[in-house]
Amino acid sequence: MGFYADLLQILDSTLRLSTPLLFACLAGLFSERAGIFDIGLEGKMLIAAMASGAVAALTGTVWMGLGAGILASLCLAAIHGVASITFRGNQLISGVALNFLASGITVLVAQRLFGQGGRTPALSGDARFGEIVLPLTETLRPVPVIGPFYADVISGHALLVYVALLCVPLTWWVLFGTRFGLRLRAVGENPGAVDTAGVSVIRMRYTAVLITGILCGFAGAYMATALQAGFGKEMTAGRGYIALAALIFAKWRPWAALWACLLFGFFQALALRPDVVENVLTVKVPVPALDALPYVLTVLVLAGFVGKAIPPRAGGEAYVKER
Amino acid sequence: MTKLPNWADIVLVPLVSLLFAAIISALVLLAIGQDPVAAMNVMVTGALGSPYGWGYTLYYTTSFIFTGLAVTVSFNARLFNIGGEGQAQMGGLGVALVLLSLPVWPHWTVALVAAALGAAAFGAAWAAIPAYLQARRGSHIVITTIMFNYIAAAVIVYMLVDVLRPPRQMEPASARFPEGAALPTLHDIPGLSLIFTREVPANVTLFIALVAAFLVWVLLWRTRLGYQIRAFGQSEPAARYAGIDPFRTIMITMLISGGLAGLMAVNNVMGEAEKLVQNSSEGAGFIGIAVALMGRNHPFGVLVAAFLFGFLYQGGAELGLWTTIPIEMRIVVQGLVILFTGALDVMVRMLLARLFFRKPPPEVAVAARERA
Repeated sequence: MGFYADLLQILDSTLRLSTPLLFACLAGLFSERAGIFDIGLEGKMLIAAMASGAVAALTGTVWMGLGAGILASLCLAAIHGVASITFRGNQLISGVALNFLASGITVLVAQRLFGQGGRTPALSGDARFGEIVLPLTETLRPVPVIGPFYADVISGHALLVYVALLCVPLTWWVLFGTRFGLRLRAVGENPGAVDTAGVSVIRMRYTAVLITGILCGFAGAYMATALQAGFGKEMTAGRGYIALAALIFAKWRPWAALWACLLFGFFQALALRPDVVENVLTVKVPVPALDALPYVLTVLVLAGFVGKAIPPRAGGEAYVKER
Repeated sequence: MTKLPNWADIVLVPLVSLLFAAIISALVLLAIGQDPVAAMNVMVTGALGSPYGWGYTLYYTTSFIFTGLAVTVSFNARLFNIGGEGQAQMGGLGVALVLLSLPVWPHWTVALVAAALGAAAFGAAWAAIPAYLQARRGSHIVITTIMFNYIAAAVIVYMLVDVLRPPRQMEPASARFPEGAALPTLHDIPGLSLIFTREVPANVTLFIALVAAFLVWVLLWRTRLGYQIRAFGQSEPAARYAGIDPFRTIMITMLISGGLAGLMAVNNVMGEAEKLVQNSSEGAGFIGIAVALMGRNHPFGVLVAAFLFGFLYQGGAELGLWTTIPIEMRIVVQGLVILFTGALDVMVRMLLARLFFRKPPPEVAVAARERA
């Protein structure tokens, strides 16, 4: 026991808490790389959490819940697409609007379905993603240092945790190894050039926005069916914005996004164990300071003190085809 | 020909947007098995049917005027200040620190001036950092102000739990403000007390809000600085060419914007709660965005829109009290209003333009048919 056990516990919750951030961060990566700002990650996560919590409770199957979460998130993504691509509206305002919409609608629907003050019933058994014990966990456990690390930190998470981790190389490959990815990035940097090459900017951007919807669906479903057992009012608690912060911190790159999300997840895990922080630093650190750390770091990055964050050049601007 | 006539642009576009938001809201209510007409009745009776209801509606209106003006000022320089929420909460901290610094206040007017200065200073200071980062280092102000909302929340929690909380108190809140710091409510004002026969939360801050709206109008449309702010918002290169300093304009605009958002705290923290609590602004900073969009970034439009949202907030609270419709309905309406007035305004405009221009006037159509 002692410090190493505490550390393992914190790293274990780091991985759990980083997962929704990572899904949402990669979601934002697709959208923003295609030139569509999305501050509505939060709302999409929230509505997906509600939909998946509700459907998992009603059907008793977590997979139906996951599907419902993705669908709900896709609906909001589609509205964002229509507003910001087709009608060339302000992407930031659209994101803000959808966040409010999700914040209200989730409570309304959950209250209508279950009458529990905007929560969905507690999930158990097949209605949740169970913990997966990776092979060789017990065999390796006696190995000093690495054994407990493998058993307590790497193994024993819900399936979606591993899916999120796999999404990182997948995203990297899609964006930097495929023609689709090249076009998607080009649409975010210089849509005019993509248009000249005969590729539809509109279609590329819609595709990106819908991928964002799917990934936010995973993030929300994970919140309600794996991290916790059901949906609760405002359960995403600003994670969409932290993911956005991580995206900027990572300068819109997939692998850096993984490290940024792990870092911010680590801060969240630390905020849960202020006693450990106090022991290590030998001074009392107020919990709010730990809560604020991701935001402060992001501001520092934005200010260019920790490397310059340069967003995709055509971000936030609707594309108007020349006539 | 795609430009709408001026009156349609100013009056019709927001009205049609509002209509869309209302229709979708009604559909949402139907979808959760509620009666939209009955809901509207409860809202109107609860918010406007009694002096007591008006007392709450005007109280919310006051807060929303401040935050709406804050967003309006920044929008006119094409700076999107989403940080009204954090600035309003920091304004609350300013009010609390100022009012708690004296054991007793000689008169409420003195306390009001001091607290207002504190509120505006703290709100402005909280906007100053994102403004500086935007002006000097090009950090996107939308993202930095969002981050500052969260940092503000953390600062407030720290201040309430570790600094301002009196000993032996469980609740994370400051001590009650001292004697003499209470603002007169509309019930305490001679004349108005005939209408407001009971204590209501609406207080003298309402009149300050109205004056602030007028001053913002003067600033934006009657002063050199306001011209610079609007010119900067229209086109930064052109403004730069005309000798307008972008750094100075961004800083001043955001300081005014943050100060206005901070001033909201005079209404809720000093006028109503009389102590600082967690999340004192209760989302009013965000409603400022909806109010500014709805009010077409004009102070007088903001007054109308703030009243509308005051009605929505008080009416929504009544819904939560008297019906099975959750109070969150008002957040849905707020989201829809922002969506239609802010993000889908091109759609509304296109729709109206089609009505205006595509259909030829009848006599033209008849003439065309005769020729054919």
